[in-house]
Amino acid sequence: MKNIRNIGLVVFLIGFAVFIASLFVGTYKISEDKLKSLYDTTEKIDKGDTITASLKKAAIELEILDKEFSSQFSFSSHLADLLNKSNAAISDGLADKDGITAIEVEGIYDLAIVGGKVIYSKDVVLAVFSDNPKKQKLLIDNTSWMFNESKLYEKVDDFKKDFENKLKRINGKLGEKYFVWDNKYSRFDLVKAASNGPITDNKGLFLFLTFGLCIFGALMYILPGAILMGGPGIKNNGVYHDAATSRGWIGILAFVFLLFFYILLYFYPWLIVNWTSIVDPFKGLFIEGASASQWFLYGTLYTVSMSVMGIRMFIKYRHNRYQIVRTASVLFFQIIFAFLLVEILPLFDLPAMDLKNAWPLDYDMFFDWNVTGHFDSGTVGIFMFVWGVVLSAIVIPVMVYFYGKRWYCSWVCGCGGLAETLGDPYRQLSDKRLITWKIERWMIYSVFLLAIIMTIFAGYHSYNEVNYPEMSSKDVLFGMSAYNIREWYGFLIGSIFAGVIGTGFYPILGNRAWCRFGCPLAAYMGIVQRFKSRFRITTNGGQCISCGNCSTYCEQGIDVRAYAQKGQNIVRSSCVGCGVCSAVCPRGVLNLENAPNTNGSRMEAPEVILGNEGLKEFLNK
Amino acid sequence: MEHVVIIGNGISGVTAARHIRKLSNKRITIVSAETDYFFSRTALMYVYMGHMKFEHTQPYENWFWEKNRIELKKGLVETIDYSSKTLSLSGGDQVTYDKLILAVGSKTNKFGWPGQNLKGVQGLYSKQDLDLMEENTSVLKVERAVIVGGGLIGVEMAEMLHSRNIPVSFFVREDQFWGNVLPVKEAEIIGKHLESRGIDLRFTTELKEIISDESGRVKAVVSSNGEELACQFVGLTPGVSPNIDFLKETDLETEEGIVVNQFLETNQPDVYSIGDCAQFSKPAAGRNNLEQVWYTGRIMGETVAQTICRNKLAYKPGHWFNSAKFFDIEYQTYGWVHSKLQDGEANFYWEHKDGEMCMHFVFDKASRKFLGLNTLGIRIRHEVMNRHLDADSTIDKVMEQLKDANFDPEFYRVYEDEIVAKFNVEQGTNISAKKRSWKRILGVG
Repeated sequence: MKNIRNIGLVVFLIGFAVFIASLFVGTYKISEDKLKSLYDTTEKIDKGDTITASLKKAAIELEILDKEFSSQFSFSSHLADLLNKSNAAISDGLADKDGITAIEVEGIYDLAIVGGKVIYSKDVVLAVFSDNPKKQKLLIDNTSWMFNESKLYEKVDDFKKDFENKLKRINGKLGEKYFVWDNKYSRFDLVKAASNGPITDNKGLFLFLTFGLCIFGALMYILPGAILMGGPGIKNNGVYHDAATSRGWIGILAFVFLLFFYILLYFYPWLIVNWTSIVDPFKGLFIEGASASQWFLYGTLYTVSMSVMGIRMFIKYRHNRYQIVRTASVLFFQIIFAFLLVEILPLFDLPAMDLKNAWPLDYDMFFDWNVTGHFDSGTVGIFMFVWGVVLSAIVIPVMVYFYGKRWYCSWVCGCGGLAETLGDPYRQLSDKRLITWKIERWMIYSVFLLAIIMTIFAGYHSYNEVNYPEMSSKDVLFGMSAYNIREWYGFLIGSIFAGVIGTGFYPILGNRAWCRFGCPLAAYMGIVQRFKSRFRITTNGGQCISCGNCSTYCEQGIDVRAYAQKGQNIVRSSCVGCGVCSAVCPRGVLNLENAPNTNGSRMEAPEVILGNEGLKEFLNK
Repeated sequence: MEHVVIIGNGISGVTAARHIRKLSNKRITIVSAETDYFFSRTALMYVYMGHMKFEHTQPYENWFWEKNRIELKKGLVETIDYSSKTLSLSGGDQVTYDKLILAVGSKTNKFGWPGQNLKGVQGLYSKQDLDLMEENTSVLKVERAVIVGGGLIGVEMAEMLHSRNIPVSFFVREDQFWGNVLPVKEAEIIGKHLESRGIDLRFTTELKEIISDESGRVKAVVSSNGEELACQFVGLTPGVSPNIDFLKETDLETEEGIVVNQFLETNQPDVYSIGDCAQFSKPAAGRNNLEQVWYTGRIMGETVAQTICRNKLAYKPGHWFNSAKFFDIEYQTYGWVHSKLQDGEANFYWEHKDGEMCMHFVFDKASRKFLGLNTLGIRIRHEVMNRHLDADSTIDKVMEQLKDANFDPEFYRVYEDEIVAKFNVEQGTNISAKKRSWKRILGVG
């Protein structure tokens, strides 16, 4: 058994090493065909042509067309230049026809600058473009503020500067619909299209060598636990002797890996195209020949990690049916709702929506693209949107009232699901100090407030988008753009907090750092749980011996013992009801229950702990 | 300001300090030689097993003491002068008191076995014992450990060693596990469970001698049947007794422990004793004169705090209860289930077919009054059982409301219907278990 375990570990490490090494193989070369395959498939044929031709020209000028690069790093360092150059070329090309040309500018200057004085006016524009009302309107709309009845230019140079800046913007905008903006998605597409080598040639093989070996090795390591751990029961033996689970060197390594992984995934996805190529065959099961995005890679990794570590949970807690049912539930919701349905819905022209993901955790629910995406998908799309609203506004509070927030956080939620499976070995690392509880409350409710403000902006924007499509500056409220606020929220909360810190820090801060300090949905449900719910963790009379297992293994950092040793039930907004405090308690003191709150029975500390008859009689007198 | 000095920072001493602080403004000092801060003694095993770090066994953060104006003094009390109310600490420090609480705890029993002080031979009670055990089992490889004494600490030690893959032979003097407490059926379940985990259980076996190697470390033990067993570690766990050697032959009245009346007062003015070390001159009905469990220590601390703060209160615990865990089997008890049925008692016993779960009820044969319950593998709600005992419920009522008493986590299999059916067959009754009622459980309506 021990040997199987050790072999499993070696197999896993080989798979993991191949996975890491796969980032550093292959070559990168962009060709006309590749560009065509990327951009010439859009429905408007002339658009694709324009983009491809321009990119090709720019690539030739930069001398990178058909040039082979030995790594994604050197290849991608040219992409900003390529895209900017191509976009600028497209604008310049269009300026002749629809914009203001250099010759026309000279014409304007001839009339607008007389004897070193600026006399720019509407008449000047009308005169220069006497045969072109379109250009007349364009220029009047954009430069009327520079006419000499509204602005006096003392220096000719000032006028020219303003005018040329404005022109740049006018001409620049002309090509916008043909632009391939320089962002992480375009870079990802280009690097992926350009990639070549053993991985792109043998995707299936590499899928086996990475995912295959890792899953196989992990299972070989995990399954013998059923026998090696020695009978069903709580087996936390050696948790604090193990470098992986006590912030030792293995934990630090895991932390560094996770940190790099999340930073690459969120901010530099074009550097990990090889990993996405590995899962292309899997993506192909949903859409034939489709190319996997970084999000598909992430979804696959996420679901696979949860499933494998879910099996570990089934073995570790095989004596505890609450843990088994709960783990089966999070796996079900991850595999079906968060993964499969999100892949399948778009096949029926429906929005790729995770139907269990509730606002405000699902923070982009009211973004314009999401709202219009639903409204453009017909009745089912609208129904899905309405479901999202009903889920947050009605289902969530009602369910929290009856069962506590655990029904979501440790039974349904994807973040919670990962925490309860992949993160379970790290649960004891959450900080239990009072000061941390104070920090927690400040942080999580601040994020909740931010989420509400951000949603108001996004909602206002979407409302205008749907009802007043012709309105200008639809996104601006109180002088701030919804786009900016959304972007900042997505960057700080959606990516850095939920991803990089939330999961990256598992081996350091425990498995619920996001859920405890950052999740706005947890904050929302926490308020309901604390003030209006039947849920509590019951303390069993006077049986507590203050051993501290409950507090140690509380992933939310609740000092459970502080309540239990007073004979007080535990009612805390942050409790996700994982049930592990009850599982690890050696004296049968703790139990998760939903019950009425009669005479303060839910959370009041008893004046006398059950057992001290003398003191009870004395105080009753 | 009156100065209350407490010797011992275990559960009873610390509870006394906390409650005196709640009730008064007195100056409070806790003196301990064991550790800087209060920790849960019962959790030491989990530190060795790697479930927790030692810090996790400390129920209060370190700032707690200063915030609550409880002074902590590390030091070993050598002598007490009751007339000048002065403690002398090793190292020469002196501390004077107005009120003194002796909460000095226990020490491991040693019965004069040859070789009992060899290296690699130890008990398990204090933090120092834990450190010693870590050392004794890591300096050189332990091929086999022998544990002597079949009680709670013995089984804890066995579990600790087992967690590090050290083979354990377990000498038990009686013919069953924890013979003075557990009825034979429960003891059999525990015995089988221990054996299933690989413990070499040897009943009716006593320790005769511990044999030393040339360096003064244990190399073998000789058992009462003459067998010599090679081992590198010996755990002595034949129970504990009050840790009062330094108080003997002084003006303080001591016997096995420090003799106290029902108010926890000793024979010396302004000197009290609580916890493991207190010996009641007249124990409460049905209880021992020494009570060495966690919660009785806590209750004595709560009680003496009232007395010291001018609400003179007698120690009066409620119905007996206790719990423990033997490897993976949890044990709970409410009321009295003696190892042998007492006169006039009847019992009802149910065991799960897998043999790792049971419920054992004891009641008065004539009146059918419920007297006590032992359970293995099923958690029971303390309040519900306590209420039955308070109300002198009959066994039939306990059966009828058995579902209220279940405290197992959600989705666990329940056996109340099966248990009640068996009860009906054996007792010729016709009880059907009522649905669980929150009204009854919460004591309303």
